[in-house]
Amino acid sequence: MEAKQVVVADVTNLIKDIKIIMKKISLTVIGLYLLLLSAHCQITNKDSVSVPVNTISTEYIDKPLRLEETNIVSSYYTQDGNHSAVTGGVGTEKVTDISTGIDLKFVGSDVKGHKYTLTTGLSVDHHTAASSAYVNKSGASKTGGTRVYPSINFSSENKMGSVVGIGIYYSTEYNYKSFALDASYSKKIGSGGELSTKINGYFDQVKLITPSELIPVTPASPITTVTSASGVTSSRGGGDNKSSIPSSPRYTYTGSVSYTQIINKKMQASLLLDIVAQNGYLALPFHRVYFADGGVQVENLPGNRLKLPFGLRVNYFLGDKVIVRSFYRYYTDDWGVVAHTASLELPIKMTPFFSVAPFYRYYTQTAAKYFAPYAVHKQSDNYYTSNYSYSAFNSSYYGVGVHIAPPAGLWKSAISAVDIRYGHYTQTTDLNSDVISFNFQLKR
Amino acid sequence: MKKNVFLQILPVVVLMIFFASCKTVKEYQRNKLNDSEMSLGNKKIEKTELNFQSYREAASGANGGKTGGGCGCN
Repeated sequence: MEAKQVVVADVTNLIKDIKIIMKKISLTVIGLYLLLLSAHCQITNKDSVSVPVNTISTEYIDKPLRLEETNIVSSYYTQDGNHSAVTGGVGTEKVTDISTGIDLKFVGSDVKGHKYTLTTGLSVDHHTAASSAYVNKSGASKTGGTRVYPSINFSSENKMGSVVGIGIYYSTEYNYKSFALDASYSKKIGSGGELSTKINGYFDQVKLITPSELIPVTPASPITTVTSASGVTSSRGGGDNKSSIPSSPRYTYTGSVSYTQIINKKMQASLLLDIVAQNGYLALPFHRVYFADGGVQVENLPGNRLKLPFGLRVNYFLGDKVIVRSFYRYYTDDWGVVAHTASLELPIKMTPFFSVAPFYRYYTQTAAKYFAPYAVHKQSDNYYTSNYSYSAFNSSYYGVGVHIAPPAGLWKSAISAVDIRYGHYTQTTDLNSDVISFNFQLKR
Repeated sequence: MKKNVFLQILPVVVLMIFFASCKTVKEYQRNKLNDSEMSLGNKKIEKTELNFQSYREAASGANGGKTGGGCGCN
């Protein structure tokens, strides 16, 4: 009986071994087949282009700059809240903004193997802000305004992958002008690493438009000019109303270092560190502060500010269809603000050409030491503001994006990709906003 | 005090281990890394929301975007 059981067990083991061997043989055969197939494909490819191996050239071609990609981005933004800085931390924060921008990317190369990229951009925003009406105490100031901001960037990449770039930016709206320059350099390091550095400077001018009741009236010339944030000018006291409104400079200098590293076939990460120094007029002249004793003044903030943000991004391809895009930032500055930002976006590839990406961003900050709500500051304070962007709060931002990029273009047109993104933002200060954006990408 | 020092050093140690675990990935193995959604920069479509976040919040920077310029008056 025992001998029979031993024989049966031996037969069972033998069958198992045969199955394993058959599996191995099958896999070997499939492997050999694929190897032959790939070898065949390579021979076919080589034949089809008819290039003898010993005549393959490593020379680079001189190609003048030509348009490679166009991006058109449009957005509609709307917000509502009840802590406007124009009215001292109370009053409507209703804003709508519609913006459109176009970027043109030109690419060329030379015989030395340098690749050149020129990007030009032009954007226009038009906003209406209900609080702007109260720059004039009567609520009669204009609420609309337009901002125009062109930009131009040029970069050169050598054969080793090192990139040198410069950029010029300009932004103009009635009460604020900004001119900026930047220079950048990046270099590939080791296996899959890249170190980038960038410096830029913003040279801004803030037009000193003050609330109507706070415009100083000199006895020698009892003329006051009331100007809304959007440029409507009127005078009281008679006489010439063409007196120019003075401006004050604001300078921002930023040094950035980032390091990007490929971790493995599915993951890459980057570390970012900025050092930002600001000086000049850092307040806004039409922001009121109401004091505990009933007095009112324009907000007053220090003339210097140092910001230190540090960020980490990690992107991971989870399986074949889901991508995890994550970001964390720690921020601190010498005005007493400490902030943390964490965001997660999960693009899900429904097909290779269509993805849906839900996202969530959480932000929290402590208050700046110069902030106090309506009627809390004392006249003896050196610096004071009731701008709620300097208050302590948390915010959440969530929504969804859609990315469509069919290989033959959308409707067989030059539009190579379309993105649509909607987000809802909510702050614990009761500020709420919504933004919807569209990006149309066209490629040659 | 010791706990604070430990908490300050911990992220650096984690990052060092994280980056030290890197593997060499050849060009032909980068099809997933080259996917447009894997880009480590901001998307162009995020321009407006990043702009308004920088105006509505005190913190900005270290996200590859701008850290100055523009009024944010409203």
